[in-house]
Amino acid sequence: MTRLIIRRLGSAVLTIILASLLVFLAIQALPGDVAQQILGRGATQESIDQMRSELGLDTPVVIRYIQWLFGAVQGDFGTSLVSGDPVGPTLLLHFRNTLLIAIPTVLISVTLSILLGVFAGLRRNKWQDNSISLLSLVAMSIPEFMMGALLVLAFAIGIPLFPAVVLDGPNATVAELLPSIWLPVIVLSLAMAAYVIRMTRTSTIDVMTSDFITTAQLKGLRESRVVLRHALPTALLPTLNVVAINIAWMLGGVVVVENIFNYPGMGNLMLEAVFNRDLPIIEAVAVVSATVYVACNLLADLTAMLLDPRQRLAKGSSHKAKAKAAGSQAAAAGEGIQL
Amino acid sequence: MKSVLRAAGPVFIIGIALIAINLLLAFLAPWISAYDPIASNSDAALQGPTAAHWLGTDMYGRDVLSRTLNGGRYALLVTFLATTIAVAAGALLGCLVAFLNNWIDDVVMRVVDAILSVPTILALLVVVAVFGSGMWVIVLAVVVVYTPAVTRVVRGAARSVSSLDYVTAAKARGEHAGPIVVREILPNVLDVVLVEYAMRASWVVLLISSLSFLGFGANPPAPDWGLMVAENRTALTVVPLATLGPIVALATFVIGLHLTADGLGKKLGVDRAMTGVQ
Repeated sequence: MTRLIIRRLGSAVLTIILASLLVFLAIQALPGDVAQQILGRGATQESIDQMRSELGLDTPVVIRYIQWLFGAVQGDFGTSLVSGDPVGPTLLLHFRNTLLIAIPTVLISVTLSILLGVFAGLRRNKWQDNSISLLSLVAMSIPEFMMGALLVLAFAIGIPLFPAVVLDGPNATVAELLPSIWLPVIVLSLAMAAYVIRMTRTSTIDVMTSDFITTAQLKGLRESRVVLRHALPTALLPTLNVVAINIAWMLGGVVVVENIFNYPGMGNLMLEAVFNRDLPIIEAVAVVSATVYVACNLLADLTAMLLDPRQRLAKGSSHKAKAKAAGSQAAAAGEGIQL
Repeated sequence: MKSVLRAAGPVFIIGIALIAINLLLAFLAPWISAYDPIASNSDAALQGPTAAHWLGTDMYGRDVLSRTLNGGRYALLVTFLATTIAVAAGALLGCLVAFLNNWIDDVVMRVVDAILSVPTILALLVVVAVFGSGMWVIVLAVVVVYTPAVTRVVRGAARSVSSLDYVTAAKARGEHAGPIVVREILPNVLDVVLVEYAMRASWVVLLISSLSFLGFGANPPAPDWGLMVAENRTALTVVPLATLGPIVALATFVIGLHLTADGLGKKLGVDRAMTGVQ
């Protein structure tokens, strides 16, 4: 058990480092010389060369990556090429803002969609199930930018309950941002709930038709006890992975939704950095998102181990392999389009 | 043919019909649309539905129906190309590493995990920033992002196949990895691959539209669903149909793909969520 956890941790760290290397290399391929860009068109060759050596661009890529990695481990992500500010604090600020919409979204949509998903699974093929399934299908098929645009309009013109777009910068306090988080939260909750509902419904149906539930029912247990004590813990296992992936996706920044509401989170930072070719910020955003993604998956795996004794067995046993296969399929089903 | 369709169930038929209608309209668009989709006419700007313009006109006086009909051509073409390449590459790679089951498998899966951990949209934006936003660049970007995901799912399915007797027999006959993967393993995970195709296509078309909406992808004045929403959303109260037209087209196509994937999954016994558990 402990060895398994240590091995998981090791492979998680390896994945993060590999992801950072891939992004680092990809960014090196960006056309246009950074030194040239900073100094402008009129710069002489000497001043460009000097700028390059100041920025450390004349050292080989591998050395630069290792230097960057050592800095990053200590929390130093370099300075932004556009504003000249250190990347770390900027990133932290945007991450806080993203957390501010991610936490309510997760709480609302997970609660709601597990309730609806289990309910639909128990009422399989009845009208309740059909309408829940149809609604989640429609929610999956309408792009977020459309839902966002509709809400902006409704609240900007119709009911001025919440501010339609955020006018505060990233430095706004939590209290200042609080009124404007609700529209993004609604759009994101709908998008996330659709996937979690589908997943929960499928796994509920699957568990309810399995032998141990039939046994429990034949023992004469009350239906509520069968569902809550016997079925639910097993049925929620695959849902865990979907939820983990959705949380990771949201913490990594939701570009489209943040763009529509002009919300100063990770997604907007990312989009701005790509527009401005602000390489240190792109790199930092990528690494933070990758870390969050890996951490969420790790947490989901560990929770699954806690809930499901079968998954605690060492690698190589058939249960383990099967459970793992189920996990990755579930993960794929819940990925969504991740914008 | 008829009995095959009936066996597939109503969900599958509705799904296929929605996809077919969208594809047909997009294909025939140049011949059936009444107006040039990019011809502006300032005399007829921001009109509601009339006999001349069934869905009204946008702020430049362009016919919304003609733009909606033509608007799917770019997104659907890119979706078709990108999904086909990504699913084909992912399926082959997934089957191959599942069959090899050695250090190559470990290395490939580590890289796959690493790519999957980078946010999809960031990976796309980086590729677009490096190579510009031409059509083939977008196709390449989507392939880069989705091949690892397909590889992972197909590998999961192929692992159980590659330990079966007929694969062992082929190995004993002295066949090479290539023929075994193509002739023995791939045909037996084809059901998973097909469902995968429909699911991925539904995400890719939304992704492409979102990219166009953000300003990467189709360029104005070209008619494109995502771009049309971006252009017309400020005029949503004046000419709602200019935004709703492309959205309805996009949503029906995506719903069609989801229904097809569900129907296909049920018919072939691939429950996307639960394969591997039973």
